[in-house]
Amino acid sequence: MTPGVDRSRVPQPGPVPTVRFPAVRVVRLSNGLAMRTVEHPGPPVVTFLLAMPAGSASDPAGQAGLAALTADLLDEGSDERTALELHAALDRIGARFGIEVGADATRVFLTTLSRSAAEGLALLAEIVARPRFDETDVARVRDLRRSRLQQLRAVPGAVADRVFLETLYPAHPYGHLGIGTDDSLSRLTAADVQRFHRDAYQLGPATLIAVGALTHDRFVEAAERAFGEVPVRPVCDAVVVDAAGLGAPGPPSARLVLVDRPGAVQSELRVGHVAAARSTPDYHALQVLNMVIGGQFVSRLNLSLREEKGYTYGVRTAFDCRRAPGPFAMQSSVQSGATVEVLQEVFAQMEAIGRDRPVTPTELDLARAALTGGFPRGLETASQVARGVGRLVLYRLREDYYDQFVTQVEAVDASAVTAAATAHLHADRAVAVIVGPADEIAPGLGVLNLGDPERVEP
Amino acid sequence: MLDYTKHTLENGLDVIVHEDHRCPIVAVNLWYHVGSKNEQPGRTGLAHLFEHLMFEGSAHNDSSYFTPLQQVGAALNGSTSCDRTNYWEVVPTSALDLALWLESDRMGYLLPALTAPKFENQRDVVLNERRQQYENRPYGMALMALMAALFPSGHPYHWTTIGETADLHAATLEEAHAFFRTYYHPGNVSLTVAGDVETGAALARVRRYFEEIPAGPPIPPVMVGGEHVTPDVASPDGIRLLLEDRVELPRLYLAWRTPRLFADGDAEMDILAEVLTGGKTSRLYRTLVHERRIATDVSAAQGSRELAGWFAITATAAPGHEVDELERVIGNELAALADAGPETHEIERCLTQVEAQFVYGLQTVGGFSGRSDQLNAYNVYTGDPGFMMQDRARYQKVTADRVRDLAATPLTGGRRVALSVVPHGAAGRALAGSTAARVS
Repeated sequence: MTPGVDRSRVPQPGPVPTVRFPAVRVVRLSNGLAMRTVEHPGPPVVTFLLAMPAGSASDPAGQAGLAALTADLLDEGSDERTALELHAALDRIGARFGIEVGADATRVFLTTLSRSAAEGLALLAEIVARPRFDETDVARVRDLRRSRLQQLRAVPGAVADRVFLETLYPAHPYGHLGIGTDDSLSRLTAADVQRFHRDAYQLGPATLIAVGALTHDRFVEAAERAFGEVPVRPVCDAVVVDAAGLGAPGPPSARLVLVDRPGAVQSELRVGHVAAARSTPDYHALQVLNMVIGGQFVSRLNLSLREEKGYTYGVRTAFDCRRAPGPFAMQSSVQSGATVEVLQEVFAQMEAIGRDRPVTPTELDLARAALTGGFPRGLETASQVARGVGRLVLYRLREDYYDQFVTQVEAVDASAVTAAATAHLHADRAVAVIVGPADEIAPGLGVLNLGDPERVEP
Repeated sequence: MLDYTKHTLENGLDVIVHEDHRCPIVAVNLWYHVGSKNEQPGRTGLAHLFEHLMFEGSAHNDSSYFTPLQQVGAALNGSTSCDRTNYWEVVPTSALDLALWLESDRMGYLLPALTAPKFENQRDVVLNERRQQYENRPYGMALMALMAALFPSGHPYHWTTIGETADLHAATLEEAHAFFRTYYHPGNVSLTVAGDVETGAALARVRRYFEEIPAGPPIPPVMVGGEHVTPDVASPDGIRLLLEDRVELPRLYLAWRTPRLFADGDAEMDILAEVLTGGKTSRLYRTLVHERRIATDVSAAQGSRELAGWFAITATAAPGHEVDELERVIGNELAALADAGPETHEIERCLTQVEAQFVYGLQTVGGFSGRSDQLNAYNVYTGDPGFMMQDRARYQKVTADRVRDLAATPLTGGRRVALSVVPHGAAGRALAGSTAARVS
């Protein structure tokens, strides 16, 4: 071995460089619209994000899918332009346009070259504030979404996600996928979409976020021109935008659900329960706990089920902390013959980490370091920073949230992880959803002691 | 456009360094110039299975490759294509030594740690990856059927990187060791360090960790069954195939053999794909999805590979519509394009998209398609990490006439593979005259 390289031990890296979240300037446009700007030098790229606090949990009763359908129709023409004209304009500035509808929020993104920032913002305003919602466009896009829904019936992961939410959140606004159901979609009309837009897309609680290789002043100037004439009013009272309006979720509708996929070579699995809201004081402890049990490659579940047993290509867990208590979920696709064994292990690990197998010092170090060491990497691009600012406003986090993140994670000790597991991880009321070959799996399910599985169609 | 330095060490390792001090992170990215094209029939999938084994520890770090890196919050991954295998990690600047130590340890000292239990375990994982990503996914087997038809046996693109199940079962630990000795040595690797580093210091550190690894034997030429491959042979004549699958809506794939990566016509095929399906104003989206509403989606792409290219148009039939309708309308659109060529404003739109894509691609130093990945790609495929300039220039030179010519040949000639994927029991919904594709 060449002198100079010590291979007797893996090098110990120095401390992670301290990184501050870039300076965010908070302003209000002359019409009252809240705006946050970040100067982010680098390639000549800007990202705009309009963050609005209404998502698919704001779908009116019986109208599942309305928030997502409305969002999908935003770029299908405006007062000034048809859909194709609008897209020709986006294409001319090389823009990347996208909309994400989550349970709690709708995020409209537009990324373009810095030199086209003003045109990009003008298009964003046109798309969000003056959509056309023609009958024919609504019918066309609704049919496309119904076709998509039909196709999702053949996608095991999509079926598992849908059934998992339906089981965890019966009669709760979180109990459906954003896309809705065929029954609800088939009844949605242009008038429904127009009404939802009028009620939910008011800019009172929205925030316009601009990040990229421009100055604060240039961002604000361009935003004044683009959004200055748009009225800023509160959303309609009927639109749910806070935790109180969502209500507390009740108990799950079943403990074990089986969706038959005859002959499938794998079972798609979800295990979990309603857990914590984003406002929980245990948030950082939950992130550390999650890293230990299933949130990264070297987690307990992935090391066991993939790296020791080879039953799956991968296992992941997450605490999806929402405005109201969101789900903890384990997800994996496993070879069908191992279905029951995998479920037993997932339940056992959920049980053990808060009791007889608490987090070890090594695991704790690894989990905390993974979160803190990964922090700088999340601040590289304009869109990463825009997303970060979006989380601040949508979940009303403290202004110094990101600058406190590393300190907060480092403060999580073993007892905090155990306490978080005891408080927020509940094997005894977790739900298991299986999408797999029923005739192969059903006979062995008794050992789970969850009773007969409820059978659901895909 | 991207500043970098390149040095080749005595053992043949190409080292590229690119500085960017905006964020205190550094990307380490390695391209091993080996992929599924270097495999042999009967042992397909070995290159990808081997990629998995690279994460299972090396002589001096005989644990998961992930453990020390996740300890510093790194992101890391790898991937295998027909042409190359890449590995990367993005670490805080303070962990550069750790990343280089680990990469050099698995390049220089993998085999003592590559044991039978690890091999068996990762074979199972890969079989599960195959089940998840291909067998149990709607339309998941289409790519295998297409590749097998576009590239007849004897061509190393005849199979896909995931490999045949029987071949994965047949592979042995000894073959994995031999694969490493043949392809995994410095002369077959391009290493890029990009991010918050000083060039001189970064190069010195790479030397420190990698110079001790001995040069390997010359890389054997790509041959199949002892025969040299004939990369330029055109598509077979007018093949129609069908696959029955667990899908709700029939889907049509039309595919042709096209110029290979960076060859004359390759950039034109990218532009052609953009004219046909780039965004909502594109010809096929507008016609099939927006106006006639006979398809739920349509996409087209030029697959530029080292030995050959292929172009595919994919469209899914809307409820109540059939793939032969899609074939007819797509055929008409291609004929119109082959006749009159694209309009000036269409070419301009496409060039704007291409240019924007180049700029967006500069935003990250690491990961798949980040700057470090691009520098290695250009270096491995052209020998010049700075080839991005020429790459961009290729698109500026694209003319409407040239796009029209390529729309005519190959896209309106008979040398085409048409694959219909239809629901189980609905073989009659495939294009007329289709025969069942054999995939497993």
